[in-house]
Amino acid sequence: MREVAVVGASMTPFGRREGEWIRSLLAEAGAACLDDAGVGGHELEHLYVSNMASGEFEGQTGVMNALAQDLGALPAYTQRVDQTSASGGAGIYAAWQSVASGASDLTMLVGGEKMTHRSTGEATDVIASLTHPEEYKHGVTLPSFAGLTARLYLEQYDAPRESLARVAVKNHRNGVDNPNAQFRKEIDVETALESPVVADPLRLYDFCPITDGSAALMFCPVEVADSYDGAYTTVAGVAGATDTHVVHDRADPTTMGAVVDSGAAAYEMAGYGPEDVDVAELHDMFTILEFLQCEGLGFHDEGRAWEAAMEGRTARDGELPVNTSGGLKSKGHPLGASGVAQAVEVHEQLTGGAGPRQVESEVGLCCNVGGFGNCVVTTLMEAGA
Amino acid sequence: MTDHAMEAVRYADGSLSFPGHPIGPDGSEPVGTVDLSEHTATVVTWTTATATPPGVEAPNHLAIVQFEVDGEPVRAIGQLTTGDVTIGDEVRPVYAEQLRDPEAGIREPASQSWDGFRFEPV
Repeated sequence: MREVAVVGASMTPFGRREGEWIRSLLAEAGAACLDDAGVGGHELEHLYVSNMASGEFEGQTGVMNALAQDLGALPAYTQRVDQTSASGGAGIYAAWQSVASGASDLTMLVGGEKMTHRSTGEATDVIASLTHPEEYKHGVTLPSFAGLTARLYLEQYDAPRESLARVAVKNHRNGVDNPNAQFRKEIDVETALESPVVADPLRLYDFCPITDGSAALMFCPVEVADSYDGAYTTVAGVAGATDTHVVHDRADPTTMGAVVDSGAAAYEMAGYGPEDVDVAELHDMFTILEFLQCEGLGFHDEGRAWEAAMEGRTARDGELPVNTSGGLKSKGHPLGASGVAQAVEVHEQLTGGAGPRQVESEVGLCCNVGGFGNCVVTTLMEAGA
Repeated sequence: MTDHAMEAVRYADGSLSFPGHPIGPDGSEPVGTVDLSEHTATVVTWTTATATPPGVEAPNHLAIVQFEVDGEPVRAIGQLTTGDVTIGDEVRPVYAEQLRDPEAGIREPASQSWDGFRFEPV
């Protein structure tokens, strides 16, 4: 296997993008990534598009072929990667495989989703279409899984409700300094705790918004990374895992098996452990997920991540900054783009390009969760030589 | 005994699954079924969702529950008849002809069933 470098990264502003649709969003991030790496579309050998549901949201399929022509990338091999909310992470895995295997010397990954033209109920239903029929007919949604899990976590570990609000406050604070974040507004604990109930005990500020947006990364073999513009990072480890489709089948709903398994495999591939990670982008689609991933990835002991949140240990000036980008919570969650945007943030951190969000870091981790932990991809990145 | 069954699958290794799958844990194949509607269960956790998707009445009270059948645990998820429950409460399955309006959501109505069992505190 060849070592793989990331030599370009970009993202569009996330939020409500009036007048933009999936094709234009993908093209916007894709063109910016080509520019960042200093290459032309015609140089691409493989082009991957991470997207969950453009057909369901917009009635537009074949987005990977469309993007290739829009970026002048013909006749590059194209492939759409759908791993629900983990499509971005799965796209990283696919792009890494294409270069590591020798199948491609220059691969671009673009993730994107157009969602905000749908009502909250419709968008929630599109996302909930990933559930098992036995779940779907009861009206089970991803937010309701979060409520079920949060109640058990708080009771099982005697954690205060405020600890979840602390996650929202932290990630909103980080989002203020991200020019591409959907919400650039600080909130306080009281605001989070008094916001409307969505899935008891979780409230509005425990949930990410519905978002339009796109993000992109450029991959090549490490040995030629210096020939592209700017500083580069490397993919030190990447692995995916799958947990039960039927969420209630899990012995302990507060443990995400696919987070544990994908993290362990990514650590093994990279030769790193949780103690080596300097900055992490976690899939905080719901605040409770940040706790479950911090524990599943070994940053904190089981049932103790809430203490780290209360003590500010995951803040930007804490021992392990989590979601310096603002996370899905503040930056937004355009499904197929989110996993790619996580790696864009880590790439910027490791290359010193994160501006006011910059933290000292040599190794970064991204954890992209699909479904309610049904499928997970964990990626470890490190600064290039 | 009701006219409707809440059918869990028993695999060759003795484990149970609701819903069943063509192949079970460790490659075990289904060897029989158990009607969970004849048993009570314990609430593992629950929530009340106020923002419900199309075709689902709000608020939607939901629970993950655990049955014990001849010492073998099996879990299920479903609507509760009330939000007045706590973790550890005993509930029983109650049949409902339609849990959600099949015509309102994104899923093809004919692709799945829409009846099933809610859980009611004992």
